[in-house]
Amino acid sequence: MLLEIKNLHAIIKSNGKEILKGIDLSINAGEVHAIMGPNGSGKSTLSSVLAGNPSYEVTEGEVIFNGKNLLELSPEDRSHEGLFLSFQYPVEIPGVSMSNFMRAAINEHRKYKGLEPLSASDFLKLMREKQEYVELNNKLAGRSVNEGFSGGEKKRNEIFQMAMLEPKLSILDETDSGLDIDALRIVAGGVNKLKSSENASIVITHYQRLLDYIVPDFVHVLYKGKIVKSAGKELALELEEKGYDWIKKELGE
Amino acid sequence: MDNIVDKVTNEDYKYGFTTDIETEIIPKGLNEDIIRLISKKKNEPEWLLEFRLEAFRHWQTLTVPTWPHLSIPEIDFQDIYYYAAPKAEVEGSENKEIDPELLKTFDKLGIPLHEQKALAGMAVDAVMDSVSVKTTQQEALAELGIIFCSIGEAVHNYPELVRKYLGSVVSHTDNFYAALNSAVFSDGTFVYIPKGVRCPMELSTYFRINAKGSGQFERTLIVVDDDSYVSYLEGCSAPMRDENQLHAAIVELVAMEHSEIKYSTVQNWYPGDKDGKGGIYNFVTKRALCKGNGSKVSWTQVETGSAITWKYPSCVLLGDNSVGEFYSVAVTNNYQQADTGTKMIHIGKNTHSHIVSKGISAGHSQNSYRGLVKVVENASNARNYSQCDSLLLGDKCGAHTFPYMEVRNETAIVEHEATTSKISEDQVFYCNQRGIKTEDAIALIVGGYAKEVISKLPMEFAVEAKNLLSISLEGSVG
Repeated sequence: MLLEIKNLHAIIKSNGKEILKGIDLSINAGEVHAIMGPNGSGKSTLSSVLAGNPSYEVTEGEVIFNGKNLLELSPEDRSHEGLFLSFQYPVEIPGVSMSNFMRAAINEHRKYKGLEPLSASDFLKLMREKQEYVELNNKLAGRSVNEGFSGGEKKRNEIFQMAMLEPKLSILDETDSGLDIDALRIVAGGVNKLKSSENASIVITHYQRLLDYIVPDFVHVLYKGKIVKSAGKELALELEEKGYDWIKKELGE
Repeated sequence: MDNIVDKVTNEDYKYGFTTDIETEIIPKGLNEDIIRLISKKKNEPEWLLEFRLEAFRHWQTLTVPTWPHLSIPEIDFQDIYYYAAPKAEVEGSENKEIDPELLKTFDKLGIPLHEQKALAGMAVDAVMDSVSVKTTQQEALAELGIIFCSIGEAVHNYPELVRKYLGSVVSHTDNFYAALNSAVFSDGTFVYIPKGVRCPMELSTYFRINAKGSGQFERTLIVVDDDSYVSYLEGCSAPMRDENQLHAAIVELVAMEHSEIKYSTVQNWYPGDKDGKGGIYNFVTKRALCKGNGSKVSWTQVETGSAITWKYPSCVLLGDNSVGEFYSVAVTNNYQQADTGTKMIHIGKNTHSHIVSKGISAGHSQNSYRGLVKVVENASNARNYSQCDSLLLGDKCGAHTFPYMEVRNETAIVEHEATTSKISEDQVFYCNQRGIKTEDAIALIVGGYAKEVISKLPMEFAVEAKNLLSISLEGSVG
């Protein structure tokens, strides 16, 4: 098993509010899991907690990733171990070029694996190759991280970084939000090209639309900090059609 | 974020060693006899002694300036050695062999003084305490008519040039520390570029304070004649000591018609320890006179050192169509204080000035930008653009901006933009998520913030300056 989450509880550090109230989820290599749910149900919190965002604190539970206790790893080591988060709102880092940023990231990953840093020319070659996955042009290398990027470019840039780092588990946090249909197709195309039997993805989304392009093996509904329903891809269509009310009813609300 | 800030500040100061060398020191204190003694030690002509004495008499009428946003402990000016000369040459050696200890010192600082080992494309004047130890590449430069020597040497070999320009840009009446420097100044560098010559290599001076209880009062004078160009760089460092040491320099630049001077500083004086003990007081007056039409002066400074910095490299834009530029990155950490900026005085017609100041404050430090843009009545079509950004790391430091504008001509366009920002946790986490650890993330983010200024430095030093930035902030975020 690639990822096993058991009874995960987490609070917001600043106000102590509990957001995740006992999540259980298992993911094998080769699988795509979609997580859906109404606003405020804890979808983005789950991705932040898995990535080690210091704004949250885990109060209970366990996460085993690739045989290691994920919660004991620093955010950078989670990355080195192969966990990638495509951010819902990628931050801008003015003055830091994408090539400098990615080179630092790639070389840290290589160091963790005991490999020598990439030479400048090998690095640029790799960058050129990977930016084609999401149809970003050659100017990318010199642009500052996310600065002046359109909404669509920011999301494509996230998938580009995913292509560079070749993670075992990628979490796509509302990667479809703010994308027009062309950008959506490019982003989804990039994700699909990166899919293999060795890796897995968690796709967090509000809408069925993205799942037409990235077809999930499982769909989970997250509600009030818990996974309340899991099924195959047909669940997404049902949610699209009927909304979340019927699930609330099933729960007796 | 707070623990991020606490973590990045404990890298040792790399240049904090002392050199054990025989040093000739005159008695402590400051009076006319001391000044006569300094002048005699340097075997100076009568006019220069008079220059010093006049400055000293004026200095006695002045009081320490209190307007900067700095808290400066009282300095006992009678408790300083005003002249400390390391014995640079091996006694009895025929061809002025330099003491191996000194060569080792400068080697350690990354400044090789052997001609055969000299850095490619660069000439160096190495100054320790009150004397110039060695100036490299002098012969190659002389073939082009370029004079590059210590100011002490210039006084003897080129007295007309020195006498004509010394004090012509910064007079001894300018301010308290300028008066003090004019009275007691020791070695520094003199540069003269003749008409129509583009200096083929970087000229640089490396200032090193070594002797305990001493101050360094160097004086630099650069004159660039019509249609000529020079790029000059100064670097500096000092041993780690519990006492504070005073560094009060004057730099004067004169740019003639269509000439250009690029003056870069990487200031790395000992900043004191993390509790604010020790460190250099860096009180410096730097000014350029853009005398000729179409002349241009650029000041680029990366300030990471000193316990207290007080300096305002300025341009007097006298010639029509002259251009003044100021690019600055000032980093303060722990208990460092900096009050720095520039003055752009527009006098000629169609003069332009451009100011980019990037302050970075961490720890308990205070970092101020102070700038004046002045446009006199006849300076038609003057144009200024100022951009002052402050970056705060943590919540115990301060960043301040004091822009002054005096515009007396209606055709002038003067613009000022200021921003204050913090390194956000989100930026750091974003880097972490991609596998970059927090210290490296901070270095990356700060490097990006300072890029516009760093990119103005000569290539070789841009890398060094970038490293210096991240070392200076080591421990301030974690």
